Amino acid sequence: MADLSTRVAGLALRNPFLLASGIWGETGESLRGAYEAGAGGVITKSIGRAPRTGYPNPTVEMYDRWGFLNAMGLPNPGIGEYPREIAIARAAGAPVIGSVFGHDAEEFAELAEAMEGAGVAALELNLSCPHAEGLGAEIGSEPEAVERITRAVVSRTRLPVIAKLTPNTHDIAALARAAERGGASAVSAINTVRGMAIDVHLRRPTLAHGMGGLSGPAIKPVGLACVFQIHRAVRIPVIGVGGIVTAEDALEYLLAGARAVQIGTAVALDGIGVFGTLVRDLGRRLDELGVAGLEELIGAAHRTEAASSGTGDAL
Amino acid sequence: MRRIVPVSDRTVETPSTVTLRFVDDRPAAPGQFVMLWVPGDDEIPMSLSYVGPRKGVTVKVMGATSRHIQGISPGTPLGIRGPYGNAFDLTPHRVLLVAGGSGAAVLAPAAEALGARGGEVEVALGATTASELLFEERFAAMGAAVHVATDDGSRGERGFVTRLVGGLLDRGRFDAVWTCGPEVMMQKVIAAAQGSGVPVVCSVERWMKCALGLCDACALGPFHVCVDGPVFPAERLSPIPEFGHTKHDAAGRRVPG
Repeated sequence: MADLSTRVAGLALRNPFLLASGIWGETGESLRGAYEAGAGGVITKSIGRAPRTGYPNPTVEMYDRWGFLNAMGLPNPGIGEYPREIAIARAAGAPVIGSVFGHDAEEFAELAEAMEGAGVAALELNLSCPHAEGLGAEIGSEPEAVERITRAVVSRTRLPVIAKLTPNTHDIAALARAAERGGASAVSAINTVRGMAIDVHLRRPTLAHGMGGLSGPAIKPVGLACVFQIHRAVRIPVIGVGGIVTAEDALEYLLAGARAVQIGTAVALDGIGVFGTLVRDLGRRLDELGVAGLEELIGAAHRTEAASSGTGDAL
Repeated sequence: MRRIVPVSDRTVETPSTVTLRFVDDRPAAPGQFVMLWVPGDDEIPMSLSYVGPRKGVTVKVMGATSRHIQGISPGTPLGIRGPYGNAFDLTPHRVLLVAGGSGAAVLAPAAEALGARGGEVEVALGATTASELLFEERFAAMGAAVHVATDDGSRGERGFVTRLVGGLLDRGRFDAVWTCGPEVMMQKVIAAAQGSGVPVVCSVERWMKCALGLCDACALGPFHVCVDGPVFPAERLSPIPEFGHTKHDAAGRRVPG
């Protein structure tokens, strides 16, 4: 069978399927479970300095199989208690990527140091949560802030740093270039797309927070466009995320330039067994395509596309 | 997925427990739960205490939201999503139910469903005091023998309901024990049934956010109560160190539970 291994941000992964941040990931047992189900690596819930309860319920709205809207509000037990969860996942052999969020560069850097102390293999900076005031996308949509935070973290840790970017901006490539200037080893794209739901009967937003972030198959074209643009804009690798449910979805992201992909909403749609299915199906598809490994596919759509129109907006 | 239904009836079951009924035609099985949204307040997981087209939830005062829910009058709109989770396996013929406090809320519809299939139940029903015994008459109406224990001795045996379990199993010829209540209680039920050869099935409660198997709020060892439960065979729970000891708070901290 084809070789599914990939390298990204200094990590050697057995396959390109990472558990996305915020999915499972509150406990070490869940991170371990995702790895044992077949994930190539796992990304923790975004962890902050102090325990945070997040928003009240309702925090989610599910749209059949096409979309999932959430406003969790970055609930997490705080960096003080979280290392024990990382230890449980590491003991199972899982490559653990520590996701952190903060209000400013210093807070990100402190959390990065603590994550390094807890033994994670890489860091993912959550610069992209679409519904938390003063956090996430509110700071992550400014290229200067992305560069400053990334640089601060890179200067304080030896770990590879991955910047997770928001699509809720007019120019995600500018954010990727800022992360690259700041010294990031890779970028993840995309976080959720800002959205909301309104109950017609009650005439009010259904999420307690009002605004949320949309994930799932509905945002796959958005994610693909972002990965494609970023791949063109920077030399550092891209990790694709957004609406990947099948191996075919993953292939699209690889062709757009992703060296790895993250799986989130698919876990709600198909259970944690989706990792095993993705690994099996991607292997079969590569065999069918006569492709020996992922390298041949990564970014291939750019080579084909170079002969045609361009990368600009649709007509 | 979420629908808005008006409350059709409100029944005070005990001084701390109220049942709200509403019409909802989604099929549900005993053991399953819904996410119940009180617009303007929280959305909380609630096991169904009635599973037919006229569904019901039986709410015990735990905090501000359950107190608010209890005060809701007929006609008030509620948001419902689900039913979620698994259900009791109704293949055993003779089942001992062990209910502590509001645990009777999930066991009552299971007992009725079993009775409808020709099965029979015997009930060990516990509460802090006589007035808090939940669904005693509902169980009696099924023709079930109901054995009562109260912490203060105001009705039945004085002490925890788990004291009744050993004796009932000795006399009983039961195919299964179904239990719902505080986890320390369920642990004692499991211990009491050990050696009897009668399998124990527990309905477990955890705080939930998504109820879709994504957010990890209801993680219990390797399981997620929202999709793997809330009904678990005891042998799957006993090896989990958190069972009977800790839960996650809204921030995901492990706290005594």
